[in-house]
Amino acid sequence: MIKSSSPSPEPVADGRKRLVLVGHGMVGQRFLEALVERGAADWQVTVLCEEPRAAYDRVHLTSYFSGTSADELSMVPAGFLDEHGIDLRLGDPAAAIDRAARTVTGRSGEVFGYDALVLATGSYPFVPPVPGHDADGCFVYRTIEDLEAIEEWAKGARTGAVVGGGLLGLEAAGALKAMGLDTHVVEFAPRLMAIQVDEGGGAALRRKIEELGVTVHAGAGTQEIGVGADGRAATMALSNGETLDVDLVIFSAGVRPRDQLARESGLDVGERGGIAVDENCRTSDPSIWAIGECALASDGRVYGLVAPGYQMAETVAHELTGGSGSFTGADTSTKLKLLGVDVASFGDAHGTSEGCLEVVYSNSREGVYKKLVVTAEGVLLGGVLVGDAGSYDLLRPLCLSGAVLPAPPEQLVLPESAGAPIAIGASALPDDALVCSCHNVTKGKIRAAVNDEGCADVPAVKKCTRAGTGCGSCVKMLTTIVQDELAANGVEVAKGLCEHFEHTRAELFEIVQVRGITSFRRLIEEHGTGSGCDICKPAVASILASLANGHILDGEQASLQDTNDHFLANLQRNGSYSVVPRIPGGEITPEGLIVIGEIARDFGLYTKITGGQRIDMFGASVDQLPLIWKRLVDAGFESGHAYGKALRTVKSCVGETWCRYGVQDSVGMAIELELRYRGLRSPHKLKSAVSGCARECAEAQSKDFGVIATSTGWNLYVGGNGGMTPRHADLLAADLDRETLLRTIDRFLMFYIRTADRLERTAPWVERMEGGLDHLRAVIMDDSLGICDDLDELMQRHVETYEDEWRATIEDPERLRRFVSFVNAPGTPDPTVTFVPERDQIRPAKPGEEGLPLATAGLIAGPTLEVRTS
Amino acid sequence: MTAYDTAYDPAYGAADGIGGTVVEIASADGWTPVCRLDDLIPGRGVAALVDGAQVAVFRGLGDEVYAVGNLDPFSGAYVISRGIVGSRGGVPMVMSPMYKEAFDLRTGLCLDADDEAVALPVYQVRVQTAVAAEVG
Repeated sequence: MIKSSSPSPEPVADGRKRLVLVGHGMVGQRFLEALVERGAADWQVTVLCEEPRAAYDRVHLTSYFSGTSADELSMVPAGFLDEHGIDLRLGDPAAAIDRAARTVTGRSGEVFGYDALVLATGSYPFVPPVPGHDADGCFVYRTIEDLEAIEEWAKGARTGAVVGGGLLGLEAAGALKAMGLDTHVVEFAPRLMAIQVDEGGGAALRRKIEELGVTVHAGAGTQEIGVGADGRAATMALSNGETLDVDLVIFSAGVRPRDQLARESGLDVGERGGIAVDENCRTSDPSIWAIGECALASDGRVYGLVAPGYQMAETVAHELTGGSGSFTGADTSTKLKLLGVDVASFGDAHGTSEGCLEVVYSNSREGVYKKLVVTAEGVLLGGVLVGDAGSYDLLRPLCLSGAVLPAPPEQLVLPESAGAPIAIGASALPDDALVCSCHNVTKGKIRAAVNDEGCADVPAVKKCTRAGTGCGSCVKMLTTIVQDELAANGVEVAKGLCEHFEHTRAELFEIVQVRGITSFRRLIEEHGTGSGCDICKPAVASILASLANGHILDGEQASLQDTNDHFLANLQRNGSYSVVPRIPGGEITPEGLIVIGEIARDFGLYTKITGGQRIDMFGASVDQLPLIWKRLVDAGFESGHAYGKALRTVKSCVGETWCRYGVQDSVGMAIELELRYRGLRSPHKLKSAVSGCARECAEAQSKDFGVIATSTGWNLYVGGNGGMTPRHADLLAADLDRETLLRTIDRFLMFYIRTADRLERTAPWVERMEGGLDHLRAVIMDDSLGICDDLDELMQRHVETYEDEWRATIEDPERLRRFVSFVNAPGTPDPTVTFVPERDQIRPAKPGEEGLPLATAGLIAGPTLEVRTS
Repeated sequence: MTAYDTAYDPAYGAADGIGGTVVEIASADGWTPVCRLDDLIPGRGVAALVDGAQVAVFRGLGDEVYAVGNLDPFSGAYVISRGIVGSRGGVPMVMSPMYKEAFDLRTGLCLDADDEAVALPVYQVRVQTAVAAEVG
């Protein structure tokens, strides 16, 4: 990396131009990503960042209090900066700009020359200059450091007050409430969220918020913070005469653009702040651009939302890579869940357009308020939704499109229980309706991705258009549009499992459970057609096994299994099988190792250590499987289910027992989990791991469910995946005790088994879940669907009725009869399965290669194998 | 190798006179009995040796029986008998367990490739209820 550290910087030696970005927040990071996506080879990029950490998700800052770590909030993909040669200077904010010399001086004193300068300095919280505002115990709510300080202070506090009843203020109030504080919100305007919602919506919101135990003081100004003798905030005097006793105060009374640097260097700024920019986001100096909350856009507005900031970032990235972009204004629609209450506002929410009409539905009993603002012709101009924002995804694009509503507006605000609800679908949207505002993708672009780019499913459309990859709130609408379009093209988007069942796997699960069906024959006769196939048979076998827990080779179930489940072993390329005994948590005694070694040696099998901390033995014929397993079972081993869509392994690190850094017994926990869930049949394989400390040696975050020890309990991660489509697991819950951990995993697994599609791993299942992780938490931790008793009972039954499939098989002559190569010549091994020696073991003979049957290759070739001396 | 009593039915696979309802495959010498119908699980197959050739024998969901070659032309492994049996658009089929190509059980033709080079040979098969081996 070349560093421009001389006082009068020269252009970079390699001919590249120098780009300095001031500010590394969400918009700054997005700018960098847009730049490298479009090819940033011309630019040598330096980033000056005031905060001690790289860009993080400020929109979801509050989730820090519910256990999301600072690392998880990071917006910067691993390796991003190195890969693109970006020089990020943390904790070194820009202190001065010399426009004549085209240099920026950092607080560290280092001077950076630039050919292009991009300002993304964001905004700062406005703190009203009331007496006592700087007392100990007064905070703002902007950075991770702010939240850390609030969290620390709250430990010794009983009462907290938030100044400002806007979006951020209510989030802060929710956080204080969650930390157990008696919580007040003081709002100067006569209602909460005054910018977004109208009087009726504000009243509905207030009732909902007060039901949660937060005291709201609307129409009241903060006059003074009373400071105690110890220098700490103690009281708060309001303009309505009230005085509150407080231990902690959070100011969340709006933000102001950080334009000081621009002001001092003589750039044009707005009267009420903000660095003035043109449609290309260029400031009054042609070498300097400004984006995000610090910029005063060409439409005269300062946007405090992330989506417009992203659009500005894209605009400048285009400009700097030879293209052209423009930003002339943005949609400021909002939909969010505040303290569990849906709030949405879009378009002309306050009905300020000339001649507009309002249609209102208000139900204070249910806490629902909906208002639509329309023209006399029926064009939707805007609206407010509180308590139920389900129709937002449809109404907002309709509003932006300027088209006449497809139904009378009063029908669009009525709840389904009152009057005939009109089902207007995505088909009602015009092509220019904006579906994804994060990435500025219209319905037309989505249709084009399907029709012209050949995208055949939602993931392909996401990849092609980036729609749905930002905040994710439009995924439901996106899915509908894609499916409609595919259907219109005659592409069958049957949701059914296969040609034999019109039901999805989740629906079949419900049918089997509710109707108590125990056989495939009955299920296909009553609910399907034909005789089944490789898709529905194993899927139904898995459902039956998840619910009934009988032996998978009993009776008719035997015919449903694919070959691996049929022979309880893994088919390899030459028709031989591999054998994997369970080694819970990867812990094994020397005697166990010796037994496996002796068996592999006696049968001439190839051995390899697996990625799941166990031992795989290859090359067995079907005739040998019972003989091998007899010896394994006698030595105390049981099936490892390596062949099944079932729990595979729970890996572990060595944990606090031996490791200097471990804080919990990860091996013990891994063994407990593996023994609890062994044999559990599921829509796809399940992998898990337990790490004994945050160093994460067991790689738990790449697993379907992973557990990481903390000093006070266990953090549970779900939905991780390795392999072809890696996914980092999400933190579901933090610092759980053992019982809560087990109960939460029980429910997670059973909910997954019950609702996932066939062959759908937990990662895509979590990804497509409507409402995301919050919904998952609500279902399995707060029992929002009332199904937890059912899930618990199913898992309890699994745990109580588990039996080792291989022990049961070798004890049953009927089941053993299938383990022959030839039905009319039992005991004759398949002569076509042959092996040759390689690296002191066997491997399958390749076509044209002369090999020996295992009995010969394995038993007598051993001594004749070449012995490697290296 | 450790001897282990797998407790096979003594009558099972006996050289002559299987008894009961028997599945027979056509061979050079006439009909070769390979197993009892009851030995076949509905919807599942077995492999048999007939004149040194490997034959995959299947039973549908009823009593219908099919016989095709056991060699999977795509993988070169003798595994067809271990595939899942079902139907595709009304055609009875078996799916190779190796790379999942489907074959028509009646004609041996591959349903996933329009190429007779990858068709399975079809064997004549019949179900006989007889006390003694029939001589054809």
